[in-house]
Amino acid sequence: MTYLKRSPWIIHYDASSCNGCDIEVLACLTPMYDVERFGIVNTGNPKHADIFVVTGSINEQNREVVKNIYEQMPDPKVVVAVGICAASGGVFRECYNVSGGIDKIIPVDVYVPGCAARPESIIDGIVKSLSILEEKRTKMNSPAAKKDTQSGGIQ
Amino acid sequence: MKIEEQPTTVIAVAHLIGRVEQFRKGGFRLVQMNATQVGDEFEINYSFEKDYRFENLRLIIPAETEVPSISGMYWGAFVYENEMHDLFGIAVKGMNIDFNGNFIRTKVRYPFRNPTFQGEGPCQRK
Amino acid sequence: MSKKIVVPFGPQHPVLPEPIHLDLVLEDETVIDVVPSIGYIHRGLETLVAKREFTEYVYVAERTCGICSFIHGMTYCQGVEQIMDLEIPARAHYLRTIWSEYSRLHSHLLWLGLFADAMGFENLFMNSWRLREFVLDVLEETTGGRVIQGSCKVGGVRRDISDEKLAAMAGDLKSFETELSDLSEVFLHDDSLKSRLVGVGTLSRTDAYDLGAAGPVARGSGVAIDLRKTGYAAYRELRFEPATESAGDCYARCAVRIRELFSSIDLIRQAVETMPEGEIEVKVKGMPDGEYFSRSEQPRGELVHYLKGNGTKHLVRSRIRTPTLTNVPSLVKMLQGCELADVPVIVLSIDPCIGCMER
Repeated sequence: MTYLKRSPWIIHYDASSCNGCDIEVLACLTPMYDVERFGIVNTGNPKHADIFVVTGSINEQNREVVKNIYEQMPDPKVVVAVGICAASGGVFRECYNVSGGIDKIIPVDVYVPGCAARPESIIDGIVKSLSILEEKRTKMNSPAAKKDTQSGGIQ
Repeated sequence: MKIEEQPTTVIAVAHLIGRVEQFRKGGFRLVQMNATQVGDEFEINYSFEKDYRFENLRLIIPAETEVPSISGMYWGAFVYENEMHDLFGIAVKGMNIDFNGNFIRTKVRYPFRNPTFQGEGPCQRK
Repeated sequence: MSKKIVVPFGPQHPVLPEPIHLDLVLEDETVIDVVPSIGYIHRGLETLVAKREFTEYVYVAERTCGICSFIHGMTYCQGVEQIMDLEIPARAHYLRTIWSEYSRLHSHLLWLGLFADAMGFENLFMNSWRLREFVLDVLEETTGGRVIQGSCKVGGVRRDISDEKLAAMAGDLKSFETELSDLSEVFLHDDSLKSRLVGVGTLSRTDAYDLGAAGPVARGSGVAIDLRKTGYAAYRELRFEPATESAGDCYARCAVRIRELFSSIDLIRQAVETMPEGEIEVKVKGMPDGEYFSRSEQPRGELVHYLKGNGTKHLVRSRIRTPTLTNVPSLVKMLQGCELADVPVIVLSIDPCIGCMER
């Protein structure tokens, strides 16, 4: 167990979601569900974030924005795709402006199902992503990886 | 039971500005503008309302006709006119704020003209 | 004269739950012009009418926006019913009214929270959202969904609420109302809030009317437009007055929404008291042939669903004109001349719902 896993910071971006999942992501932070008791903090700055929570699907306009936020996040990082639109495009998958799920642009680690995804399953998804984050960190800090990149990992 | 009467008047493009001016002077507010493709023609609806009285003006124009902007009378009309231009490719002349097709950026040009869909079929077989 | 600089605001910004991009033209700290650009959430869902049958499209219509989803679904169904001259049972009208008002409660509480958050008042954000969970619980118990309800259909509603449950709902509103009074006390009388809101982002009555402002933005400037007065659903049988304020600033818009919360509670009570017995749906025969501008009052203002059918099972056109789109010109006017630090509060004060706006 490391400090990283005990207090992961998340950044939320609304790709082309209908708001349903967004307000449920926010609802997770509020007193009823209160993920802050697990040390999870919602930040607006990609450079502070460990977990990228995306709702909604990729379209022409936000393609670059999603990529940009992902690239600005420091390693190790995980991506949680919340809702069916983020997984496959959902009810809008046939629309001309929707390119599909988030995994068309960036690698996704956890998919949270639902339309709209319920706060319980979002929390579940984020908790699941923590062990993936931990795995990535261990891998990054392993002697083999260090030799490859010649860069220091996170303690 | 009808909730409200919605009288629609079909007018020619040349009369548009004059009629809209009348609504403006009569104290109507602009509710919305929208375009619909019917065959090769476009129907453009201009809806106005005063004291819950809803009235509608309609232009029926061939695809390549240019329509005058009403943003001189209703400043806020630019959102609808830019949208109409970006989605249907209807040329609107004299908009107060012209985004030149960048109001709604879409994958295909003028997507509502001939709507296209992504490959996947329905989820359920019927 | 100092130099002009352009500051981009959005699409990803800590205060915005949704992406909208504004180019703010500044002179020192004062905003002199604003250029909005949208399209980050544009999906083009209106084209789906060609793919979905008119009875199925209600699911798509509902997902235009996850906050006012029920009202979107209801307005769509109402439009199709008007085209087909379908008379739906009175009980269905009342149920739709009750769910609409619960949606309004949930939307306004959500907004109050986000608004407090935009001012950096996190405790108030948490408290508003805590109260909102009460409304979501009722929606979940009665429809099965928290934010996307799916309980409206062409020809009526899918679920009935038993009379016992209705009575319990009306009873529970009492404690909710007390808590809401405490909350509104802070929003309306707290000094630090007042200093952030009073006189900020003023929109005059004439501007509001001429720019086509809708909902609380119009009513905050003294324009008493409330589409519920047209008497759709069961509103023609219920008593209420549109809440208006005259100042036209952020404080006035906040006060309007708070008064609407109390009027929604009152409307729910009236609807529960006068709820008629009977069926909740009628069978739909035939196909829609004709057109209608279905209008309703969403939490954010006037919503218009323009529907046109040609006698087949697919509609020719669905056009959803949402209140946020019509409030954008007003927003541009409000932002001109304001301080840079007030931009987040003013943007939030129109209750922007970008998901609806871009469809």
